[in-house]
Formats: sequence, C-alpha cells, structure tokens
Amino acid sequence: MAAQSSTDLLERADAAGGGAVTVRRRTGVGPGVARFVRGTWRPFAVLVAIFVAWWAVTAANLIRPYLVPSPGATLDVILAQSSYFAHNTWITTYETVLGFLIAIAVGVISAVVMVYSPTVEKSLYPLLLFAQVIPKIAIAPLFIVWLGFGLTPKIVVAVLMAFFPIVISTVTGLKSIDPEMLQLSATMGAGPGQTFWKIRFPASLPHLFAGLKVAATMAVTGAVVGEFVGANEGLGYVILQANGNLDTPMLFAGLLIMSLLGVVLFVIVELIEYVVLPWQASRRADAATTSL
Amino acid sequence: MTSMTVGNTTTPRPADGTATGAAVEIDDVAVRFHTRKKDVTALTDVSLRIEPGEFVSIVGASGCGKSTLLKLVSGLLRPSSGRVRLHGEDVRGPRRDIGYVFQRAALLDWRSARRNILLQAEMRRMPKGEARARADELIAMTGLSGFDDAYPNELSGGMQQRVALCRALLHRPPVLLMDEPFGALDALTREQMNVELRRIWRETGTTVLLVTHSIAEAVYLANRVVVMTPRPGTVAELIDVDLPTERDYGRTMAEPSFARATGRIRELLGAATTSE
Repeated sequence: MAAQSSTDLLERADAAGGGAVTVRRRTGVGPGVARFVRGTWRPFAVLVAIFVAWWAVTAANLIRPYLVPSPGATLDVILAQSSYFAHNTWITTYETVLGFLIAIAVGVISAVVMVYSPTVEKSLYPLLLFAQVIPKIAIAPLFIVWLGFGLTPKIVVAVLMAFFPIVISTVTGLKSIDPEMLQLSATMGAGPGQTFWKIRFPASLPHLFAGLKVAATMAVTGAVVGEFVGANEGLGYVILQANGNLDTPMLFAGLLIMSLLGVVLFVIVELIEYVVLPWQASRRADAATTSL
Repeated sequence: MTSMTVGNTTTPRPADGTATGAAVEIDDVAVRFHTRKKDVTALTDVSLRIEPGEFVSIVGASGCGKSTLLKLVSGLLRPSSGRVRLHGEDVRGPRRDIGYVFQRAALLDWRSARRNILLQAEMRRMPKGEARARADELIAMTGLSGFDDAYPNELSGGMQQRVALCRALLHRPPVLLMDEPFGALDALTREQMNVELRRIWRETGTTVLLVTHSIAEAVYLANRVVVMTPRPGTVAELIDVDLPTERDYGRTMAEPSFARATGRIRELLGAATTSE
C-alpha cells in the first residue's frame, strides 16, 4: 500500500516539476527566488528589445530629437542631474510607499470588519464604490486646499488610489473560504480568533496579494497625480516642469524613472508573495510548466 | 421504521468502556429549511440509536438528507423538532467530541500533512508532546509515513483523505462522522481505503457514522446499514449486516450474506427512485 502510494506521489511530483523533484523541495527561500528569476527573464528581454528599437529609431533620425530624444540623451540627462533626480525620486518613492502601506492597513482592516459585519458591509460598500468612481485628479485640488502644499495631500491621493483594490481583494479572499473548513473549525472547538488567524486569513492571502500588486502600481499613479496638482518637488513636478520647458529628454527621464519605480514596487510585492506563500508560487509554476 | 434482518441476527458489536448508554440517539427528528419560495422538509420522523463502537453506514438517493443527519449529530445544524443526543447529552451546538471527514479533504494548502493533522491539536490546545506522539501513531497507522512533510498539492487524493482521517482521529473522538469520504477517489484507491478504514475502526474502537453512495462500501464496512427514502428523508429500513468481524475484501464480496444485504438495499433504493 505505502509503496504504491509513494510511486503515485513521485509520479505527480515528476509531472508537476519535470525531473529530479523531491517532496521537500519547498523548505527554503532559495529555490523560490531562483524560480522567480527563471520566470521573469522574458519580460526583461522584451524590455531590452524595446530599448534597442528606441535607440535604432532615434539613431536613424526617423524622428526629430525634440519629439523623441535618444536613449543616450535621456540617460545623459539623468546622469548629469543625478542629485536632482535622486532627490525627486526619493520624494515620490516616500509618498508612494507610505501611501501604499497606509492603504494596506486601512484596506485590510475595513475588509475584515465588512466580512464579519453584514451591516457595516451593506452601509460601506456602496460608499466605497462611490469614492472609487470619482476621478482622483478631480479631487486632488481639494486635498491641496485642505492639507496644504506639503507631502500629505500626495500621500492621501496615493492611499485613495491603492485602497480600493486592496479592500475588494481582501473581502473576496476572506469570503472564498471553503465553508466545510469553517464547520471543521467549529467541531475542533476553535474560537473566532483562532479560526481567523489559522484558517481564514492565511487562506485569503493569495487574493490579497493579487490586490496588492494592482495597488502598488496605483499608489505610484496616486502620488504623481498629487504632485501634478500642486508641488515643488517629486517626479510629477519634474515632468510638469520639463513639459513647460519643452525639455523632452528631461520629460523622458522623468517618465523612465517613474515607470521603473512602479515596476520595482510591483516586483518587491511579488517577491514577498513568493517568500510568504511558497505553496501558491509553486502551484503557479506547476501551471506554467504544464502550459508550455 | 421497520428493522429487517438479513441472514443471522447475531451481529458482533465491539464492546466499549461506555457501553452503558447509546453513543448517538436520534429521536423523532425533523429538519425543515425555509426558503423564500417554499419550505423544504429535508428529514422527517427519523429515529436511530447507535451503540458505542458500532459502524453504521447511511445510504440513500442524492438529496435525501444523509449529510443533514451527520450535521445534526455534530451539532452544526439543529433539528426543527425532535432530539439528538450524543453520549446521553443533548446536542445544542457544535460538538467537540467528534471527528469529521468530508468528501473533499479540506486541507490547508500552506501546511504540511503533519501540520494539517496537528491543526486539530492547536485548536484544542492539546499538550504538544501528547499531540505529536498521537500524530506519529496515526501517520504510521494510515500508511502516511514518509509523506508527513509533503504539502497537500503534492499528495494524491487518497493520501489527502488519509491526512483528513488522521486529523479527525487525533483527539481520539468517541464518534467519527464521515460524509462520503471516498466519493472523489478512483475505484481501486477506494477499495484500499475501505480495507484500511475497516482496520483502523477495529484498532480504535470508535463509533463510526458513514454516509456513502456505494452500496458495496456501505455493507463491507458496517455492522448496520441505514437505508433512507428520498426527500423528505426518513429511515426506510435498518439492515443488519451478517458478516464476520474479520473481513477479507475479495472473500466478503463473494459471501451469500453480502449479496443478500446489497441486493436488499438495491431493491429499496430502486423502488424508491421508481416511485418518484
């Protein structure tokens, strides 16, 4: 019996991972990260290809430099004014990350409250949707009026942008729990706290991380929108200034750094997911191998 | 409710320390669900008495309230009328002194097999050493040795169900409730699991209530089989299984009393479906 089952399991592991996979393959952080790198080199290759195309188009003088500067000119601007960029990137990063973290705290807590109290859910959910459909760029000036010219209004816009996907994904995650799991928990004599921390919350994490990845990129947009409306520092300010001066290399440099910021934040969230949810990561990797 | 005996009446029932009272008593129970459009009677006039250490199978058409019956015993559901007692105590809320196994293993993806089993101990705040020793014992008993560090997605369906069984047995529950535990397994694995469950039941002496769709499984495993009518579900007949305690799978299938019992159940269930 045991022997039969062991071959059964090895076959499954083989089918899933292909080759020398052992049962204990998920004990460390290392393999997860290695798999992550293996899984992400393709988009980087595409990125390099886009850069090459950009360089080729500008080098062949197909487009006038004041419309699209060459990659070289753009990088020159960044290097020449590195401390200027460093400072403004830091400001936007600070607003984004702080806004993102506040959105996680507020979003997860409100999702938990809504899931456990139908009354709160019924009264808050429509309001949340209402708040979400208002264009943030339209209410950003109001925050400048209320909160002044400093970093606070930018952080608030970042929170507003990132909050919604986090709430929705956490509510979905907490509600998607197998009802039999909750019944089982009841027969184990578990209290609501135990059920939440040992079963419900961990089970919701894959959904939560899906929301976090969306929210991370939204937070960058939020911070920049806040800067557009009124700021004297930050990447949004840099772009607005460059735009006013028709300084396209500067504009491109700002855009480049801004998108890098979003990508880096996204990748960090994904890396944390690989470390925190190894079972989820391996399942996705299995799916990827079978689809190839 | 009639009681019918197939063959000889002397069914061996393993003795248990608490043989003074019934393990499970269901007394004239009815369950009605109220939906917006209509009221549905899931169960009606159900009375059943199960002695400690018995293995009772419950068979019936889909939707006849077999699972509802288990939910009543566990206290996850309260009857609309009638009484349910577990070891002489009225069942008022979810009971902790039972083990529950569902059709889907319901394992936590992020826990290894062993830690899934130990969830039972953590929730109950059992002493760690005792829980670990008991888990080791069950892992050996169910043939999970060597797979205790594997995660659910690395285990076959049969292995996952073994983990669920270990989890349900960790706290030595006097009553084990199984709701189509092998329904999702292939036929061969299912037979193996039947043989193992029979052995585990004999080793532990637990009272078992098993809901199943397989007539062969019901008869092979049980001392008694409860045959239910379609909705509203009630007990059509109680069938005593006249088979020796020692049951070799292949030989049991060939026994005349096995054929008689399965034949009678098939007759009851067939008659029930044609009358609908």
